[in-house]
Amino acid sequence: MTQVTQLSGRGLPLTGDDIDTDRIIPARFLRCVTFDGLGDQVFADDRAQTGGDHAFDQAQYQGAEILVVNRNFGCGSSREHAPQAIARWGIKALIGESFAEIFFGNCVAMGIPCVTATSEVVHKAQQWIQAHPQDALTLDLTTLTVQFGDQTLPVTLADGPQRMFLEGMWDACGQLVAQADAVRQTAAQLPYVTWSVAK
Amino acid sequence: MSQGTLFDKVWDLHTVGTLPSGQTQLFVGLHLIHEVTSPQAFAMLRERGLTVLFPERTVATVDHIVPTENQVRPFQDVLAEEMMQALEHNCQDHGITFHNIGSGNQGIVHVIAPEQGLTQPGMTIACGDSHTSTHGAFGAISFGIGTSQVRDVLASQTLALGKLKVRRIEVNGALPPGVYAKDVTLHIIRTLGVKGGVGYAYEYGGTTIDAMSMEERMTLCNMSIEGGARCGYVNPDQVTYDYLQGREFAPKADQWEQAVAWWQSLRSDANAVYDDVVQLDAADISPTVTWGITPGQGIGVDESIPQLADLPEGDRAIAQEAYAYMDLQPGMPILGTPIDVCFIGSCTNGRISDLREAARIAQGRQVAPGVKAFVVPGSEQVKQQAEAEGLHKVFEAAGFEWRQAGCSMCLAMNPDKLEGRQISASSSNRNFKGRQGSASGRTLLMSPAMVVSAAIAGKVADVRSL
Repeated sequence: MTQVTQLSGRGLPLTGDDIDTDRIIPARFLRCVTFDGLGDQVFADDRAQTGGDHAFDQAQYQGAEILVVNRNFGCGSSREHAPQAIARWGIKALIGESFAEIFFGNCVAMGIPCVTATSEVVHKAQQWIQAHPQDALTLDLTTLTVQFGDQTLPVTLADGPQRMFLEGMWDACGQLVAQADAVRQTAAQLPYVTWSVAK
Repeated sequence: MSQGTLFDKVWDLHTVGTLPSGQTQLFVGLHLIHEVTSPQAFAMLRERGLTVLFPERTVATVDHIVPTENQVRPFQDVLAEEMMQALEHNCQDHGITFHNIGSGNQGIVHVIAPEQGLTQPGMTIACGDSHTSTHGAFGAISFGIGTSQVRDVLASQTLALGKLKVRRIEVNGALPPGVYAKDVTLHIIRTLGVKGGVGYAYEYGGTTIDAMSMEERMTLCNMSIEGGARCGYVNPDQVTYDYLQGREFAPKADQWEQAVAWWQSLRSDANAVYDDVVQLDAADISPTVTWGITPGQGIGVDESIPQLADLPEGDRAIAQEAYAYMDLQPGMPILGTPIDVCFIGSCTNGRISDLREAARIAQGRQVAPGVKAFVVPGSEQVKQQAEAEGLHKVFEAAGFEWRQAGCSMCLAMNPDKLEGRQISASSSNRNFKGRQGSASGRTLLMSPAMVVSAAIAGKVADVRSL
């Protein structure tokens, strides 16, 4: 599996707190059996309402790969369709003041790093991107820093997810499946497994 | 770090091991699946040549996309029909029990698992739906997960997770008249904020919670996620055991005593250590209504929409966004706000006790002219019970439409949607922009009793003055 250690790309500043997953991908687009095509629908209603003025529509941010957001990004529904839509639009990493937990977990499982930073660092990054939309930022998961212009500033990522990205273990499925025997042993010790069987 | 809480005990009992990342591999006792977040997970299984490890611990139903008026197959919405067929095929291929429409057991996933006795104390429960926190009402540790994690649970019956901190939220005292579990949860979210719970499991306790029925506790735990907490729970007690006894999948006969003893042992210890404790007084809670675009923007029905200056600095930007989107002015009372649509239902408030209380208030009254009002039972069993009690007749006589079970207008992935700038009084859980199916539609969250009051008055009204 791919190790994710360092990402460089142009930035996309999306300001605002509590941007929920219904806004990232409105529920009507969840009527699908694959994630294909979700990239075109990311922020569909917000974009329609701002008449082309949404950050995801602005010409200078087309091709951006690092999304910089504020507090509690991705709150609400567990729909993985939200990070899938963002990733399929072209985003490869997110930096934010904070992320809702399920959204964060979904991103890890997809190999998309979400790192947090102080309000000051996030605002600096957003302002810098607005002034330098054509220049790249570099997110380094080893040193836990973001570099833009002549500034190198700290970001935060918990040890577990950091290791998962650095060692290419972000897709846990294989590791989990490999423990099937241990899983059966744990199950066998839980009394309810014999009391309640769905069928 | 917490010690001796139910969360700690259940976590330890379900730990398979520690993964190289340092995360815990946690066994999932019950995996609930539905049509929206599972098709891609099954596709990933096929791509990897994996199968379902514990099909007998996996249960499916269909809820988000089902029409609540015409349920004849094929559905008129071809996309919904495609999702329905994908779920039917996936369940058949993998030997998973599927509670389909017309089975008598279909309904919102968080309504049907408790009513069948599948949800039990001390279990870990996962579902690709954020309102999985509902099942915590039984003293289960239950998480919402995304589709890649649905794949992981299908393939391994486990999840890779970091342990949460535990915050005890203690609410004491008798609830004032007209104040319901919904008001308690809206009050908690208003007090602690929509991101206050990030990184925490919420343990709800205190005399107010002790006095709640299981259905009230489900309403409370359901909206933990709106407070940022991925999981919320209540320690199991006699109320829990009485609810469970005799249900289809609850332990039977000789196993019952053993089960109760085990459940009892999982309760948080008297000297348990919490990462945080919050105390609230039930007497401070009023019938609560949201005025904005996050569930934290709630106020007592007799309060005014807050002025910017009265809000903490961090809440001001989102408040300004809310004034503009909702077209509501700071300083205005919420009471009297005109309502277009009234919705009673959802995994928060679509259970029989919700419908009984709503019908009690609707009895002998009439929905105001021009208001569209409808009631959507949370499951086929709830519908059947409500009809046996004649509740549907009460609603219909009052001018409410009586529908079939599903998620309906909570999230509008089905034909039930707001139109244009319509404003709804809704017993559901989210008032996000566009949540109820119109990109400019507006939602006021409140208890089912308050929704009935709004339907009758045609505007936000205080259930206590009816």
